[in-house]
Amino acid sequence: MTAIGQLLHGLLPGQPDWLVVALAGLIPAVLLVTFMALGPLLYVYAETKIAGFMQDRIGPKRVGPHGLLQTLADAVKLLFKEAIFPKSADKLLFVFAPCLVVLGAFLSFVVIPFGSRAQTADLNVGVFYVVAVSSLSTVGLIMAGWASNNKYALFGAMRSAAQIVSYEIPAVMSLLAVVTIVGSLSLQDIVAFQKGGLPHWLLFRYFPLNVIGFLVFFTASLAECNRAPFDIPEAESELVAGFHTEYSGFFFAMFFMAEYTEMIVVSAVASVLFLGGWLAPLPALQQLGPIGLGPVWLLAKAWFLVFVQMWLRWTLPRLRVDQLMHVAWKVLLPIAMTLAVVIGGLVLWLPHGFGLWDRIWGWPLTLGIFAYLAYGIVRAVQWSRHRIQELAA
Amino acid sequence: MSSSHAGPAPEAPKGPVSNYNVPGLRSEEAPGWRADQIDVDEMILNMGPQHPSTQGVLRIELRTDGEVVRAARPHIGYLHRCFEKHSENVDYPGVVPYTDRMDYVASMGNSLGYALAVEKLMGIEVSPYVQAIRVVMAELQRIASHTIAVGTYGMDIGAFTPFLHLLRDREKILDLFEWTCGARLLYNYNWVGGVSHDLPEGFIRAARQFLREFEAITHPELMDLLIGNKIFIKRTAEVGIVAPELGIAYDLTGPNLRGSGLTFDLRKDEPYCGYQNYDFKVCVGEGQFGPLGSCFDRNWARALEMAESARIVSQALDALEKMERADVHEKVPKRVKPSKGEVYFRSEAPRGQLGYYIVADGTGVNPYRVKVKSPCFTAMSIFHVLARGLYIADIIALIGSLDVVLGEIDR
Amino acid sequence: MDAKSIHERLAQRFGDKITAFQPEALQPFAVIAADAIADAAAFAKSDPELAFDNLMCLSAVDHPKETPPRLEVVYHLYSYRHRHSFVLKVHLPREDAHLPTVEETWGVANWHEREAFDLFGIVFDGHSDLRRILLPDDWVGHPLRKDWQDPDFYNGMHVKPTPQMVDRFLAGEKIGVGPFDFTPPNRHVE
Repeated sequence: MTAIGQLLHGLLPGQPDWLVVALAGLIPAVLLVTFMALGPLLYVYAETKIAGFMQDRIGPKRVGPHGLLQTLADAVKLLFKEAIFPKSADKLLFVFAPCLVVLGAFLSFVVIPFGSRAQTADLNVGVFYVVAVSSLSTVGLIMAGWASNNKYALFGAMRSAAQIVSYEIPAVMSLLAVVTIVGSLSLQDIVAFQKGGLPHWLLFRYFPLNVIGFLVFFTASLAECNRAPFDIPEAESELVAGFHTEYSGFFFAMFFMAEYTEMIVVSAVASVLFLGGWLAPLPALQQLGPIGLGPVWLLAKAWFLVFVQMWLRWTLPRLRVDQLMHVAWKVLLPIAMTLAVVIGGLVLWLPHGFGLWDRIWGWPLTLGIFAYLAYGIVRAVQWSRHRIQELAA
Repeated sequence: MSSSHAGPAPEAPKGPVSNYNVPGLRSEEAPGWRADQIDVDEMILNMGPQHPSTQGVLRIELRTDGEVVRAARPHIGYLHRCFEKHSENVDYPGVVPYTDRMDYVASMGNSLGYALAVEKLMGIEVSPYVQAIRVVMAELQRIASHTIAVGTYGMDIGAFTPFLHLLRDREKILDLFEWTCGARLLYNYNWVGGVSHDLPEGFIRAARQFLREFEAITHPELMDLLIGNKIFIKRTAEVGIVAPELGIAYDLTGPNLRGSGLTFDLRKDEPYCGYQNYDFKVCVGEGQFGPLGSCFDRNWARALEMAESARIVSQALDALEKMERADVHEKVPKRVKPSKGEVYFRSEAPRGQLGYYIVADGTGVNPYRVKVKSPCFTAMSIFHVLARGLYIADIIALIGSLDVVLGEIDR
Repeated sequence: MDAKSIHERLAQRFGDKITAFQPEALQPFAVIAADAIADAAAFAKSDPELAFDNLMCLSAVDHPKETPPRLEVVYHLYSYRHRHSFVLKVHLPREDAHLPTVEETWGVANWHEREAFDLFGIVFDGHSDLRRILLPDDWVGHPLRKDWQDPDFYNGMHVKPTPQMVDRFLAGEKIGVGPFDFTPPNRHVE
């Protein structure tokens, strides 16, 4: 029985076991869904602001202080919009498709560990479950495209199906490498394997192989979420809006919500598997007195990856369909398969990574590269500010 | 009666008239596009008049086999505003605002071409001061027009950010224009015999300030962020290859033709308005990443042309500083009434060679006929040739690289 | 080559077809008979001395007041190889104006000729796809002709508000809504 189950058992003595178990599963799930459903409000605001700053403009600033209520206003607007049904659209599929897409995005949260015991369900096939459930949204997308009775939507749906299916494989292969090292599919076990601080994170085991695996997984997951540079299913400039062309009002909001939720899901999965999940970089920072800071660390890492995803969206152009397929099948898949095989072999020989090499060189090199990039960005910003002042003189 | 038969338009039907029941005129009935003539696995996809990336109201019918286009048919005329008929009903100076509205993104170039054509017809020579002002305005307009061209091209390819960076600089240029003549987009600036407003005090300093910022920050950032981007190159460098002979036969002009490697620029080869006094390079596509004449090369020509225009502007500003201020309305005639004759004059507008064929009958103050050969019209005519075998994503890349503005195609 | 030598070269080949040559105009032009224009175009493009590989502009002009009243089609030619230009004109009768197409020589003529047909009613024989280009498909008439009258009705709708319409409206008549039927072509008919 999970911790919540025990708590409930204590609170409600005498109730039958099945009720306690059901409640123990239901309450955290509802709380989680509620909490995560509010997430897109934050992410959309972040995206518009980040886009604004990258495009040398400000972004929303009028609705609420610093534009914080902008997304809320957008959500309210979408709720009030008329949900238009195309006359010859397939009614049932048309309505069901966004539900399926949202379902596929939200179901993965069930197994994400927010703390050592703060997890809705510690399935011992956690990774497998996540991968399986995130494919539900593919079905939803195809349904949306077909049911709209619109050639553009159909195009978007077909492209999306091809894209997601192709990128699923490198993503899973890179996860396979991680699972082979840990020896368990359970996400809680994977996090527990990375105890001990930053050098023990799976990103730095068998350095630099897992870094490659992380990059492959991150790229493939960008394609899973239909984010740029892989956003041809919803390529605004080609297909108007791809598979959700015909959706308006709240159905469109559901697709939108599902996309941002999917982003946080893959970021959370990536942080759990590669970046140590709810563990802090230094074990001393794990607890703030009696309060465990697990959720804070997990969200911090996931939000950072979400930020990188948004950053990439506003920088890179879009790949064409065949180029996208090329990247998936001819670039990512060979790398991922080689990685899976090589790490699989290495695990037999060196079960704990390259030992001192990882712990001493892995993380400083990686952090050094990131620090160098960050330094470069800061210097570039300073230079451009300096130049602007110079030119204004 | 199929509409490919060349016959005069039928009589107006009596009684209730339907848009779609007039026999023989429906474009859907043209051979090869009827529903019973396409293959089973083909689909007719309509990139309709309302589309985010067709640069205006352009309708393209595509016959596709999945994602690959087998045939394409553009339909234009949604923005036809009868410019040529209007110009017969207003006097010569009154045509200038109408010319602005053709290529509304680059108005200075349109009115410049018209003014120069009428001046050639009448034999008017403007002073070097006015010529220098005209060059400054035309080249600033060229930069502004190319920001739209390159920026929206990047946006169509998927890179949203360079568009906004370029638009920031376009705003600065538009501010300069507003300061001079009061309008941001449609200026009515180049009059027959002069310009409408003299440059205000401080214009030269502000223009130089803009050029410094543009050359130091925006243009290098553009080359890095968009033109040098590997994904952008992959999307554009193998698409829409135009051989020079094909380009000449279909009258591709301006950066479209220069992208195929042909070094021909009216400002150098048939100079007008004092362009022979300025030192600048003709920017040609080089085919670094694929065959010569691809979409990338045309875009490359445009991107480099922005820097060259900046050079021309600074040279013209230098020349203006040395001249003393003259009266810009000195040579503007009280009544523009050319004697009987006709002229065809072409100038290098940002989108290509803009040609004005003006026929004057010597009586009255209205032109007898003004025919405009707009560069986008001829550029669009090559579309159906290039579109075969491309993906739908490439169709977008192709239209953007031809840099069409529907106002100019439809007039 | 200057205009005179170009004219001579054309006259060598098409002597009797070239009916006039105006060297004193601002841009010298030659008038050629309608049936010879396609051959002249092909010759102008293929001849190595002339090498007119570019058709700069194809315009149509309506001269109803000339004697005889005529429609003119004006071809502005340019050679990128030799950097010279020339103007050819064709005079046509205002009713039933026909002339062969130059589409095979210069691909751009496809659209230019469609526009001339659309706005003037000049028919280009041999054109692959002569239909309206700028005006709607079901437009009646050719507006740029000098004798064009604006129609009062288009598809059953009044085009220009006239004072009589105001009077009729005030008298109670229903104005502005004609008998029309919008049936989109792909409507599913059950």
